[in-house]
Amino acid sequence: MAEEKVVNAVITTQEERQQIEESKERERKFRTAPRLNKSPLHGLWALTNRDLIKWYKNPVQLLISLIQPVIWLGIFGKALNFGSFISSQPGITSAQITQDYLRIFGTTSYFSFLSTGMLAFIILFTSAFAGMSVVWDKRFGFMNKALSTPVGRSSIVTGKVLQSVIRSLIQAAIVLVIAVALGMDTSHLGVLSIAGSFTILFLMSFGLSSLFVMLALRSSDWQTQMAIINLLNLPLIFASNAMLPVRIMPGWLQTVVKLNPVSYANDATRQLLLGSTVKLAPLWMDFGILVAFAVLLSSLGIVLSWRLLTK
Amino acid sequence: MVEKVEAPVIVKVEGLSKTFGNLKAVDGISFEVKTGEIFGFLGPNGAGKTTTINMLTTLLRPSGGSAEICGLDILKHPNEVRRSVGVVPQEYTADEDLTGIQNIILCGDLYGIPRSESKPHAIELLRLVGLEEAANRKVSTYSGGMRRRLELASGLINYPKLLFLDEPTLGLDVQTRTAVWDYIRMLKEEYHMTLFLTTHYLEEADSLCDRIAIIDHGHIVKIGTPAELKASIGGDVIVVGVVEKEPDISAKIAELKLVKDVKKSDNQYRVKAENGEEASIQLIDMIRSSGLHVTKISLTKPTLDEVYLEYTGRNLRDEETDRMSMMSQRITMMRARR
Ligand SMILES: Nc1ncnc2c1ncn2[C@@H]1O[C@H](COP(=O)(O)OP(=O)(O)OP(=O)(O)O)[C@@H](O)[C@H]1O
Ligand SMILES: [Mg+2]
Repeated sequence: MAEEKVVNAVITTQEERQQIEESKERERKFRTAPRLNKSPLHGLWALTNRDLIKWYKNPVQLLISLIQPVIWLGIFGKALNFGSFISSQPGITSAQITQDYLRIFGTTSYFSFLSTGMLAFIILFTSAFAGMSVVWDKRFGFMNKALSTPVGRSSIVTGKVLQSVIRSLIQAAIVLVIAVALGMDTSHLGVLSIAGSFTILFLMSFGLSSLFVMLALRSSDWQTQMAIINLLNLPLIFASNAMLPVRIMPGWLQTVVKLNPVSYANDATRQLLLGSTVKLAPLWMDFGILVAFAVLLSSLGIVLSWRLLTK
Repeated sequence: MVEKVEAPVIVKVEGLSKTFGNLKAVDGISFEVKTGEIFGFLGPNGAGKTTTINMLTTLLRPSGGSAEICGLDILKHPNEVRRSVGVVPQEYTADEDLTGIQNIILCGDLYGIPRSESKPHAIELLRLVGLEEAANRKVSTYSGGMRRRLELASGLINYPKLLFLDEPTLGLDVQTRTAVWDYIRMLKEEYHMTLFLTTHYLEEADSLCDRIAIIDHGHIVKIGTPAELKASIGGDVIVVGVVEKEPDISAKIAELKLVKDVKKSDNQYRVKAENGEEASIQLIDMIRSSGLHVTKISLTKPTLDEVYLEYTGRNLRDEETDRMSMMSQRITMMRARR
């Protein structure tokens, strides 16, 4: 067909000749398959980056999500000045107060204790919304578009997890900076302790994001998703050592806290960032538990993505 | 490079079905699409058009039957099938928060096309659908027609041999619709692409498609070229005016090969014939050679409307308003997100 056109047309201008060349070139491209980049990372990064672009192009969202931990820190963390309760009693020296703090909280102020808890808090609350973004994508057809391309089903799930992890960690870093600015104890901060803490937070976020993405794979209803988030978030944060030390809790709650992976993240970050000696478990064990948590949930997510994403 | 000889059949469907609960959305359909043609699926709401496309594009797992696309089984080689087809779905799937060009390049990424190749191609495709000006604007600022054109462009990023279009002109104004038709024809003529589209616009099926399958309640009730479909419900109607007092030659007319049926009333014959143009000339010749006069002649071709009515027992026009309101609801829902 195209050949015929070339023969029959009276080619007069350079422009026409160029147009015909262009259309032949286009046709050739459609006949021969394009060079492909078969690396699974190509599609994975494209999906991750898409969500990240949407996020950093919308700084309001970031700001709003930071408000909650800052309010907790600024109001709750500062108001709960346990030291002033004790010092109002006669005969108590400030050295004794510090001793009490170290014994109960593992650090010299409640504010520092809560600051590390807030790192887990922001990670949990950001990771929980990973599932929401799956629901939106289903709702607005993007999921079907992605599913009709050869991109790996596991890349779709892992991309969602990864964007959520990256966002969580960036927000946690901002919370840490704010906490330091507001008076968190910095005597134990160092490159190693910070790197170690963020590894812990990375593992926690990876596991939690996988969990919430998994819970969203079959649903396209955002109200249900919202209910799931609320149902899980509050117990995960309050039945942990994020806000209060384990030793002041009733026995049954202590058992629950010890089953909650969030507790081990807090335990590790406190040991690393605050040099806390009040421990739930040794540092290596915290790491082990969180690695197991992240590996288990992310592989479960990938297996489910193969089964659940095709109806 | 050796040119690959293309198989004459690009889509081969056998007994394909999909059951949702106890609803048979698609009930054992079989058909073939020839390489290089525009094949249309015509049917009312809920007929099973989208369900069929979703199965062929590997989004839905069939409950039964089999299908091959470009010689590849959709269940055994889903990734190869995905690689060789393009899809323009019924709903808008573009990401509203990204720009037009970001959306297309993202699609390219998902096909594994390197950026160095997908970027220039995306620009070219946007130019093709007349969106080059809006390429760097967020999709949330696009009008309905612009969104539809963006979907069309992103369906082509992977240079597909076969493009599925699910109601490509739903909710478009007449001008944009015509532009989309031209674009679809261009894909066939210039790129030698095969197109599989669903529609409920009869004009669209009639003027655009080489072959049409009418689908209703999950069954294909009729399949053929538009001309074949029209011929199948009894053919063209020729009305021949004659002088009233001249003798009745109905019997002689009925003997003509192309004629199927004749009725005489007062001063005219109502003749049903297969090939109206040819039959009417034969008629005039015959009447004149019998020494009689023809006072007037008219030829009416059946429209696809009548074909549709015949096979589905429904009139598509009635559904038009429903669909438009449905569409506007969908758009409202999408906007509500912001
Ligand atoms: N996921 C699903 N679950 C249950 N029923 C479904 C599902 N998808 C489609 N159906 C039903 O299957 C039937 C066919 O739907 P389908 O979307 O294929 O119709 P259609 O021909 O594309 O209609 P329209 O012209 O309105 O787009 C409908 O009755 C629909 O309600
Ligand atoms: Mg449909």
